[in-house]
Amino acid sequence: MPVVDVSDLHKRYGDVEAVDGLSFHIDAGEVYALLGENGAGKSTAVEILEGYRTPTSGAVEVLGVDPASAGRDFRDRIGVVLQSSGVETEFTVREVIELYGGCYRNPRPLDEVISLVGLDEKVDARVGSLSGGQRRRIDLALGIVGRPELLFLDEPTTGFDPSARRRSWDLIEALGADGTTVLLTTHYLDEAEHLADRVGVLSKGRLIAEGSPEELINQASGTVVSFMLPDTVPADEAAATFGELLGVGIRQSGRLVEASIDTPTAAVHRITGWAVANGVELESLSVSRASLEDVYLALTEVHDDPPAVESAS
Amino acid sequence: MSDFPSTTRLLVSQTRYQLVTFWRIPVAVFFTLGLPLLMLVLFNALFGDGTFSTPQGEISAQQFYTGGLAAFTAVSATFTNLANMVPIRRDEGVLKRWRGTPLPTWIYIAGFILSAVIIAFIGVVLMLTLGVTVYDLSIDPEKMPAAFMTFAVGVGSFAALGMALAALVKTASSASAAANAIILPLAFVSNVFIQVDDAPQWIQTLGNIFPLKPFVEAFQDTFTPFVEPPAFDWAAMAFVAAWGLLGLVVALTRFSWEPSGSAPRGRRSRRSAASATTD
Repeated sequence: MPVVDVSDLHKRYGDVEAVDGLSFHIDAGEVYALLGENGAGKSTAVEILEGYRTPTSGAVEVLGVDPASAGRDFRDRIGVVLQSSGVETEFTVREVIELYGGCYRNPRPLDEVISLVGLDEKVDARVGSLSGGQRRRIDLALGIVGRPELLFLDEPTTGFDPSARRRSWDLIEALGADGTTVLLTTHYLDEAEHLADRVGVLSKGRLIAEGSPEELINQASGTVVSFMLPDTVPADEAAATFGELLGVGIRQSGRLVEASIDTPTAAVHRITGWAVANGVELESLSVSRASLEDVYLALTEVHDDPPAVESAS
Repeated sequence: MSDFPSTTRLLVSQTRYQLVTFWRIPVAVFFTLGLPLLMLVLFNALFGDGTFSTPQGEISAQQFYTGGLAAFTAVSATFTNLANMVPIRRDEGVLKRWRGTPLPTWIYIAGFILSAVIIAFIGVVLMLTLGVTVYDLSIDPEKMPAAFMTFAVGVGSFAALGMALAALVKTASSASAAANAIILPLAFVSNVFIQVDDAPQWIQTLGNIFPLKPFVEAFQDTFTPFVEPPAFDWAAMAFVAAWGLLGLVVALTRFSWEPSGSAPRGRRSRRSAASATTD
């Protein structure tokens, strides 16, 4: 039986369908990442699964119960790291972990929690004196203090410096290896690629793709060709010029031109032929395997309205 | 699998946690306990030699102020304190975090209220001790059951009213302002700072509508020499309790655990959400 089972979930706020027919499931021990832009409905969906919000319609089952009406036993088995929620700033790290840990059946010992999240040196510091990243680690600490079977992580590493981020990844990997089921939302694609067994891409309240990072990358065009826009080609002609050469639509951001291509060999041949014939040097030309980010951008491009004209430098 | 910690243990731990919080916020300690004591000293220095005449008899200003300000301390420790702190915790997202834990929500609220009652008790004892040692306050053991009962009804009711205000206002900054805007003017018409028996009728009526004056008078009476024991003012207590019940109903029906504006609003369009990411 899946740990999380969602089918045809809808949540409406006024005339906005924040979640619009979402279906997915998470098996025991999986690390599942919900990806999506701000406003895609990630947090709304997760807060329904945590029991904070009631759905407008649809069926939701988490750990075998309906979270909207679930009680204390359910909350003993989950850990929640919300996107933003405060901690008592008047207390020390030790005090809050003991205070919150004290209401679970079988809490992790303080020392274990502290070393898992890497707050050893701050254990007797007041929460109010900690930096934003350190407070986020307290969020993680309070999420895992009750030994959850299912851990919800809503954008857990936003605002972290790179080393703190790596450290949190190690923690989440360790929990995943330990059998904890994790539902992660993020808009860092490398985070999802690194951590998740499966990824669901959420756009406008519904899943537009799902699979392991590997599968998603393989499904989409597997190779990315990128280079800097040469000075001889005006930004607004880039799409026409290179789109035709490469045989696919291109993406532009600033001077960077990218395209996802199924048959890169021929495409690279055409574009380098064009460059040589025109005496143009294609700066930073690279041919690489697609990352989840490329897949994501390709996916959301198809599903979005055409973006407003973006100014190229 | 081991059991949950017992309700008693959780209640004790939550109450202790709220008390520790209180002592670590100097401004809360000052306004709740320090300021009424300061007022007692100042009022007595300014007017302590006089007497007030009431329909029942003469009362020395010292006794009047001690009883009245002790009752006021109980109100500020419960009503004002809860109406301030609960919305702060809600704005911070602390309430929402607690709601995601296995702690039963009623125990969290009970810890808040119990701590407020303990602070009120400490405040009243401090005030009465100062009254007895310095301001000639006489304590009649036969009237202490009435004093205790009045205190209990008062703090219960004002705690409920504090939770009701916390439920009605949206943000912490407006809650603090609303609590003071309610309680300070009311104190002036409720025999706390000034004796209002000779005041214009509308002021007396205003005081009689709200629960502060009946509570203050009932509590003062348990320390007033010419009021005979046992000095239970059942009518006043019933009136205060009725307000408390009203507060309880409002608190239970309107309470929110989440910061205001945390849920997506209907007017937030998809377009703006989408454009935020293309930027």
